[in-house]
Amino acid sequence: MKYVCEVCGYVYDPAVGDPDHGFAPGTKWEDIPADWVCPVCGVGKDQFKPME
Amino acid sequence: MQAVKISDKVYWVGAIDWNIRDFHGYSTPQGTTYNAFLILSEKPTLIDTVKKEFYPEMMARIKSVMDPKKIEIIVSNHAELDHSGGLPQAVSEIQPKEIYASDMGVKNILAQLHPSFEIKPVKTGDKIDIGGDTISFIEARMLHWPDSMFSYLEKENILFSNDVFGMHLATSKLFDDENDEHIWLPEAEKYYANIVLPYSDIALRFLANVKKMNLTPKIIAPDHGFLWRKEPARIVNLYEKWAAQAPQKKVVVVYDTMWGSTQKMAEYVTEGLRQGGMEVKQMSMHGCHRSEVAHELLNAGGLVIGAPVINSEIFPSMADVLCYLKGLKKKNLVGGVIGSYGWNPAPVNALAEWLKAAQVELAAPVVSAKFSPTPQVLESCRQLGLTIAQKITEKINP
Repeated sequence: MKYVCEVCGYVYDPAVGDPDHGFAPGTKWEDIPADWVCPVCGVGKDQFKPME
Repeated sequence: MQAVKISDKVYWVGAIDWNIRDFHGYSTPQGTTYNAFLILSEKPTLIDTVKKEFYPEMMARIKSVMDPKKIEIIVSNHAELDHSGGLPQAVSEIQPKEIYASDMGVKNILAQLHPSFEIKPVKTGDKIDIGGDTISFIEARMLHWPDSMFSYLEKENILFSNDVFGMHLATSKLFDDENDEHIWLPEAEKYYANIVLPYSDIALRFLANVKKMNLTPKIIAPDHGFLWRKEPARIVNLYEKWAAQAPQKKVVVVYDTMWGSTQKMAEYVTEGLRQGGMEVKQMSMHGCHRSEVAHELLNAGGLVIGAPVINSEIFPSMADVLCYLKGLKKKNLVGGVIGSYGWNPAPVNALAEWLKAAQVELAAPVVSAKFSPTPQVLESCRQLGLTIAQKITEKINP
């Protein structure tokens, strides 16, 4: 499932991952560590919600 | 204080801050303006306000063309205090029927100003009828805050772009064609580098989406500096160029020094870079401002950082600029590290980690000097400059 940042609108797509910060395509949201931050606006995972 | 007519029904009612020199840690040697706009439609509309201290100037300009109490609508394109600070007083004095902001704008204005008035949220594509003309809204999330928004006045073809396309330049001339490019271009660059740069990918996507809307603004009206009427596409094209961050043959060498060792090393790096065909900007933090470093870095392909060690930490002025630059996320940089120490080299070596965290490609190992650099160390510094120059050249001409 994709997750959207409620602050800036960035979408975490597991198919894409966040390779710039060491998370390869295929990394599930659940496997992203708790100290990961939104690559766009810098907020934590707690400010993301599942995309409808 | 007079309002200045910018089109048939639209007036500039902003304020000029001639003397501000430090804008939240961004040096503004030419001051700035806070632009607000009054639309004399059937439902008179105010676009943005000004910094709180300049509220009387804005109101005086409004009063030069109309009774402020006749304003029915206020649009707030951005929750930052230089545009929203005058909002509570304006609402209190004007008593508008409606106030609009983006969805995030409503949230941020609530958190910023704790207002007692209601603000209606709008999103991209929403339109409001202001009597004789229409305003359509375009959310500009993260350009440069989550709440940022553009408002487009459809019949008069004016795009109110808030902070985007602006600059910190206090000028009595309200339009692009009245201002000297030699003065404005560096300020426009500096503004992009210090405010918009971290959101360059978003800017590129946003500009592409706006182009698909087929807007043909005859005026782009940002909230700082002057308005673009002669060639609105000019600043849009510059944004596309800056956002692309293509590597260029320029390197910024930023450093500080305690007893001259790092300074001397920086000079040898600069020499190597020059010999390698690079334009160089050597900047000591003992005098340069962090926002000037960010400005110089905008058109650079390389960054060398140099620091002495004090009490097993890097020199504090370098911590300042490195913290600032990391947040700006400049892309496509090749980097190097130099530094000097007395007995603990670890803080200098740790700067390589800083480069990595800032996504800068380290061209060669850290060059450090114990106390004063030997001729061999200085030659290593020159070689570092040459290596960085070579890597940048290879990136540009693969």
